[in-house]
Amino acid sequence: MPRPPSPSIPEKEFLFNSLKESLRLDGRQSLEMRDPVFTFGPDLGWVECALGKTRVLAQLDGKMVKPTPERPLEGIITINSEISPMASSDYEPGRPSDEEVTMTRMLDKVLRRSDAIDKESLCILAGQRVWHLRLTIHCLADAGNLLDCACLAGIVAFRHYRRPEVEVVGEEVIIHHPSERAPVPLSMHHTPFCFTFAYFPDPNTPPILDPSHLEQRLSAGLISIALNAQKELCVIQKAGGVPLSQEQVLGAIDIAVGKAVELDRIVTQRLEEDWKGRKVEIR
Amino acid sequence: MSETFILPGESVPAQHVNLKLGPGLLQYATVDQESRVASTKAGELHHSANNSRWWIEGNSKRYIPAPQESVVGVVTARSGEGWRVDIGSAHPAYLDGLAFEGATKRNKPNLKVGSLLYARVSLAHKDMEPELECFDAQTHKAEGFGELKGGFLVRCSLKMCRLLLSPNHFLLPLLGSRFTLEVATGLNGRVWVTAKEAKHVIAVARCIEAVDPDGGGMDESGVKQFLGTLDR
Repeated sequence: MPRPPSPSIPEKEFLFNSLKESLRLDGRQSLEMRDPVFTFGPDLGWVECALGKTRVLAQLDGKMVKPTPERPLEGIITINSEISPMASSDYEPGRPSDEEVTMTRMLDKVLRRSDAIDKESLCILAGQRVWHLRLTIHCLADAGNLLDCACLAGIVAFRHYRRPEVEVVGEEVIIHHPSERAPVPLSMHHTPFCFTFAYFPDPNTPPILDPSHLEQRLSAGLISIALNAQKELCVIQKAGGVPLSQEQVLGAIDIAVGKAVELDRIVTQRLEEDWKGRKVEIR
Repeated sequence: MSETFILPGESVPAQHVNLKLGPGLLQYATVDQESRVASTKAGELHHSANNSRWWIEGNSKRYIPAPQESVVGVVTARSGEGWRVDIGSAHPAYLDGLAFEGATKRNKPNLKVGSLLYARVSLAHKDMEPELECFDAQTHKAEGFGELKGGFLVRCSLKMCRLLLSPNHFLLPLLGSRFTLEVATGLNGRVWVTAKEAKHVIAVARCIEAVDPDGGGMDESGVKQFLGTLDR
């Protein structure tokens, strides 16, 4: 089965013309994000994030392993992500698509290499025992901007997860079951968020934030900016051939800063609400 | 008329001298040459008052072509004398160059890759590529079939496009009373819409998405309120 056909000529013309009038098909402003909706599962570290009809499920679990000899003092984080045909009929099973490669690399940069999680705090016994955190990203539905949704789901899963309390007596490691002692949240340095802007072939069309599926398909280029609410830039990735000036990139970053502060507030609030709703028994 | 929920593979007690089976039902013969009917998709089982017609009504996103259904398709390639058209089915459909009103070898419509079409499925066999025609089967006149120029394509679930075609559904008359619009509804979950202003087209697209039982499932009063918020 070949790749799905590109959008038809009437769709393309209508989208370009309405974007010139700053009208988007879902009624948003050009720099307005779809509101993220989080659903937390029964387990800690189980988060479903939805941006409109785009839905991603992130699941985090931890286990104890022996650290690698190169880094005996650091925990291990691995990220598994796969875009299956479940997300959209555009994706085929087996061979990874370009989108999947881009997404895997971006997730790795945004979640792991940005040092969001303090890896040294995952060490239990130097050279003997460390935590291995495994994040699995399931893309449930793709209605555009899967990357931002996956990054958001991943980082919220890290913030939602709590690992069991561990006690070290000499060489012996005691793991306390969550029912004995309250599990502890991961120690995090910062919370990076990813924002994707789409640019169109016509230079008079303003850039748009959080493109929908059709907008993404018809855009001339995308720029993904990952940063945290403290205005610390983590990753900038530009895909597509459209040339951007320095001012345009800086302008996009300025907008992303504002959005990151807003998003950070929403995430923190939702996590607090969820934590209050959970009954943790400590005997 | 009774309504029962049915799953794929269940046997259906459809027996009639003049039996007509609709989508989702399959007739087969057992080893001892007995005729049986089984369902091939999930949904509500319906039958006519005299038990001669049976069909299944369900909701899905993937279109399975059936003869004589109107569809909206996108031309994806030229092939030989005709075109290959994407109608959302598992295989692309074939549209012959002569399958238009008044088309001859010399005088064929000029369709480009990416053009939108309103066509009728003329052949749908499970082992063959579906075929399309752009004229009415009886009169051989265009009757609205052909290339769709301008406007916008809205995608919805298969149940939504059947609802839009139903004369009792509220959405299109309601929208038509607010502004002029032109709509071509394909049974493959694609609706082509055009109106004078871009914001009207966007309003129609958003209403269809909101009413879609697959998404919002909004009712009539909800849509009236929703339209009020869209008028700026």
